[in-house]
Amino acid sequence: MHGMINRAIQCFLRDTYGPDVWADVAKKADFGFDNFEAMLSYPDRMTVKLLTTSARRLSKPLESLLEDIGTYLVSHPNVEAIRRLLRFGGDDYKEFMFSLNQIEGRCRLALPDLEVPKLELVENRDGTHTLTCQHKMAGFGYAMVGIMRAMADDYGALVLLEHQGRRGTGVEIINIHLLEESFATGRSFDLTAKAG
Amino acid sequence: MGNMNFLDKASLDLLMPMNMILDPDGRILHAGPTLRKLRPEEDFIGQNVLDVFELRDDGRQHEDSVLPLNKKLYVSFKSGLPTQLKGVATPIVQKKYLLLNLSFGISVVDAVRDYSLTLGDFAPTELAIEMLYLVEAKSAVLEETKQLNRRLQGAKVVAEEQAFTDTLTGLKNRRALDHILDQMVQREVPFALMQLDLDYFKAVNDTLGHAAGDAVLQNVAKILAAETRDDDIVARVGGDEFILIMHKQIDPKILLKIARRIIVQLEVPVPFNGTVCQISGSVGITTTANYDIVDFEQMMQDADTALYASKHEGRARANFYDPEMVPTDTIEPAAVASR
Repeated sequence: MHGMINRAIQCFLRDTYGPDVWADVAKKADFGFDNFEAMLSYPDRMTVKLLTTSARRLSKPLESLLEDIGTYLVSHPNVEAIRRLLRFGGDDYKEFMFSLNQIEGRCRLALPDLEVPKLELVENRDGTHTLTCQHKMAGFGYAMVGIMRAMADDYGALVLLEHQGRRGTGVEIINIHLLEESFATGRSFDLTAKAG
Repeated sequence: MGNMNFLDKASLDLLMPMNMILDPDGRILHAGPTLRKLRPEEDFIGQNVLDVFELRDDGRQHEDSVLPLNKKLYVSFKSGLPTQLKGVATPIVQKKYLLLNLSFGISVVDAVRDYSLTLGDFAPTELAIEMLYLVEAKSAVLEETKQLNRRLQGAKVVAEEQAFTDTLTGLKNRRALDHILDQMVQREVPFALMQLDLDYFKAVNDTLGHAAGDAVLQNVAKILAAETRDDDIVARVGGDEFILIMHKQIDPKILLKIARRIIVQLEVPVPFNGTVCQISGSVGITTTANYDIVDFEQMMQDADTALYASKHEGRARANFYDPEMVPTDTIEPAAVASR
């Protein structure tokens, strides 16, 4: 798995629970090092080990841990760049949701070897939406739920998100009910990042 | 098209090389030069736009029009490479026609390669070239960064391999020991080699976890450092295996005394997270005085034999090597059982 993903999990643990918890997880997982580099590639089993060790250390189900990681990626100031890149998706939440169809291509432009999940969003007849998330490593869908929820806050939208579990190998389904586009005041977003 | 008096086809194709003019039913009346280049075999004219393209409407309603109007839309070719295009459609000439203007959007890098596009295939105002430029520049920088990372990672691994210190305990490692022993043998310095194996350490690791195990090892290191002199060498050579080199000390009585003192210290329980870790140790000793020609591989083996004897006397013991002892690697499992 790309170092960027392992690094994100490391930063999540460090920023949310403190450096001691991260040090503890790194030791328990027995990687032989205590720092993932974003620009290196690591065997997939290390990512699995990292996640299971973290879940055990925090006494949390793996699914909630993944969802928390997703929320962190959008809402923590240390990883503001990710929120900004996602906000490029559209002016409102609905447009953002449909921009997920483009995200694989956009990521490929930025980091060709980053294995992001294949995302497909469709509108259902009843006005709700369904997001299909496909990745060789099951569980990405839970992180997506966290991301979608935090992005709703970011846009000020009110949504109901429901992970429908996995269908077949690595395919996860998320149901999205957009109840209100402008429920609250979202966070501001300028196309250009402020200097400094 | 005759009523379009403010823009002729040439200007339209220059400004928007991927334009299509459609009648209200979606029949294609005209297609720009870059679009035609993408499908040189296909004649778009007369076909319905929805027969050429798969439309992804992203939930936008367009009941009264063949395409969603005045909003971003995505289409992809139905035949051949499914290149995705981004576009917008708007009514023109008193709503008699639809102008559909397309661009590559995210697929621009692949499209340039797949269709051998050139600068002339893009509108002069189009940002695609800047985009391609950025992507190329970024890829070059990224590649450099990756190579730098690989070099640094390699250097780090080499540095770790060359290190002489066991990072957990701060003691010398096997590499350092080999290096120092080589020098001592060459300079014919007399010394004793003491091999120490912790007893019950695995139980601590298994029941209380690695953190407890690590605390125990660090405590052992402290004891060994305290029980030796500055000229002596203490090395951790395995998970729970240590080697002590006693510089210019070959007196069996003194050495056994030191070994027993170490064992007594090791047996002092180590507090950990509200509980205690209890271990012990077994020792095997040999000295350079036992050999005509000092071969430290042989000394290691003999110390190991003596250590083995200590273990089989019920652990927490120290023994001097005696040529009568059976070397560890020749003992059959059956012989062990009968001892």
